[in-house]
Amino acid sequence: MSERAGDVGTLGRMSARLALETSAARLVGRLSRAAGRGGGTTLPGKLVWKLDPGALDQLAGRLTQGVALVSATNGKTTTTAMAASILSPTRNLAWNHSGANLASGVASTMLSVRDAELGLLEVDEFALPEIMRRTRPRVVCLGNLFRDQLDRYGELEHIAERWRTAVSALPADAALVANADDPLVAALADGRAHVLRFGIDDPARARGGLQHASDSKYCVRCGAPYVFDAAYVGHLGAYRCESCGHARPELDVAAREIDPDGLDGVSFSLDAPAGTARVRLPVPGLYNVYNALAAASLAFALGVELGDVAAGLERFRAAFGRFERFTAGDRNVLLLLIKNPAGANEAISTLEDGGVPPTLVIALNDEIADGRDVSWIWDVDFEPLLERGLELTEPGAELAILPTYTAMLRLRAIATQRGLTRPYWES
Amino acid sequence: MEIRVAHLYPAYLNIYADRGNIAVFERRAAARGHQLVVTPVTLDVPPLDGTHDLFYIGGGQDREQAMIAPDLAERGEAIRAAVDGGAALLAVCGGYQLLGRGYRARDGSWMPGAALFPHETVAGEQRMIGDVLLESALPEAVGATIAGFENHAGRTLLDEGAAPLGRVVAGYGNDGASGYEGVRVARAIGTYLHGPLLPRNPWLADLLLSWAIAHATGDDPAPLAPLDDDLEREAHAVAASRARSRGGRPA
Repeated sequence: MSERAGDVGTLGRMSARLALETSAARLVGRLSRAAGRGGGTTLPGKLVWKLDPGALDQLAGRLTQGVALVSATNGKTTTTAMAASILSPTRNLAWNHSGANLASGVASTMLSVRDAELGLLEVDEFALPEIMRRTRPRVVCLGNLFRDQLDRYGELEHIAERWRTAVSALPADAALVANADDPLVAALADGRAHVLRFGIDDPARARGGLQHASDSKYCVRCGAPYVFDAAYVGHLGAYRCESCGHARPELDVAAREIDPDGLDGVSFSLDAPAGTARVRLPVPGLYNVYNALAAASLAFALGVELGDVAAGLERFRAAFGRFERFTAGDRNVLLLLIKNPAGANEAISTLEDGGVPPTLVIALNDEIADGRDVSWIWDVDFEPLLERGLELTEPGAELAILPTYTAMLRLRAIATQRGLTRPYWES
Repeated sequence: MEIRVAHLYPAYLNIYADRGNIAVFERRAAARGHQLVVTPVTLDVPPLDGTHDLFYIGGGQDREQAMIAPDLAERGEAIRAAVDGGAALLAVCGGYQLLGRGYRARDGSWMPGAALFPHETVAGEQRMIGDVLLESALPEAVGATIAGFENHAGRTLLDEGAAPLGRVVAGYGNDGASGYEGVRVARAIGTYLHGPLLPRNPWLADLLLSWAIAHATGDDPAPLAPLDDDLEREAHAVAASRARSRGGRPA
């Protein structure tokens, strides 16, 4: 009872209706946890969302420092967690850290944190327009657009079009943080006054060309193929169109002099309008450098100092299933979510750079949240993992390979290239 | 023997794991001692000069499809001539639509196709998404089943008397209403089924390969030597049961 009374007190300006809905929803959350049905992360929000979608507007309105939203195909959970690492020492956050990123999850988060000052919310790409409209964010951080779950989200251009409409309705005083290295995302910031554009500027770390399933290869203005002076993650990089001159915009926040440290982390120089700081990020991979740039830019847009941003990034710990490590007795387990070709390619590149673990399990489900259409797995470039097999074999030991026919031909071609076997036409 | 394959617009039409279909052709040809020589065909180059035994065209996202559609329509005559001459062809999803007479978008605009297949496609409101199971309507494989995944907003309307690829057992099919899926013209097959299509339907891969080999040799198509397809059969069975339990239902 005391908790319910407290609700009404702290909610103050809230309508009696919302207060009642809030209490009911919190009760449902507790019941759900008590019944052992998960963490109760979205059930209270689902209830409020069903009872009154407008409750989200009011819940956002009571956050004294407003709302910051993060969306992207890949990295939104990690980016938001990095931003939380930067912001949490000085602000009480309503942060949906479990990744419940639809309207109901966002509502649940805002319900569950009583004295939150700032909403820090990762948002599903498809749900972004409505959540932007209802929460009236101070900052919107847009990370990237990759093909993902075509059965669920539809095509890339469709999501981009929804984002364009949502961004054009954003008030001029709201800040937009945009990835300059993604042509579709960067174009959303064109003509806006209050923008921070981030990207990587370190051609020495560029990948050797675009991967098989790369998106956004063609100019957003004229359709001619882009020239990529550097591609860092999928199609993210320094692009320019030789036909119409469209090119990556100037970077306001950049990562330079990137120095990977195996699977343990990556260091880089964070160049921001206020100066430069050397950051040692405790998770590896260029995609995490992008996540860090997005989180840092979001924090800059909220007025956080460079030193506090760097310190926050260095304190970061891996988010829920994204390069999460745990131990089983004296063995280590590394959990690395893959959900689309771009993300899986990046996970593989990172493993390749940092040392492929000797045992690797790839687990593919086709539940609704995974996407029922699992054909994307064919578009992932798994081959680099196979090539590392030999390096992982102890001296004197044998590496056994059970290839299908064309895999055998390719493996043999690699071996022949390295002078390990004779070409079959000579044997 | 060399089987010469034209892969149409691979840099533009590359969703739904299309390279999986090419990989299956490669592997199953190699297992019979044949080699696939795959030529990527893109905007303007190279010309389709009648030397290809097998054509493959997959699906892309709307923007990329719109970029290649005029080039494909211009190549329509060459593609029709090749199929008339006995070349084999497989078109999946967007490629299936674009090889018809055309596509009517939601705003009423008309995108002409290559006019190989006797159909037109109109944009629909509701996407048809889910697992699909077909019963083959091909005289070469009566009653054989085809399993795949469909994801399309376009509703493809076959002309009266046109031959479908199969009858829909579970799923939506061409238009969600007719009960049929895909189309067949001579040695050309069009379908919405991806996933990719061929790994779980090896008999269909072999049928297309036998047509391509027949084109290369000038002989009549002959069945290919059987392979050990235990895994493929299992993949087919899983996909078929997915379609039965949760495929879309025709309206």
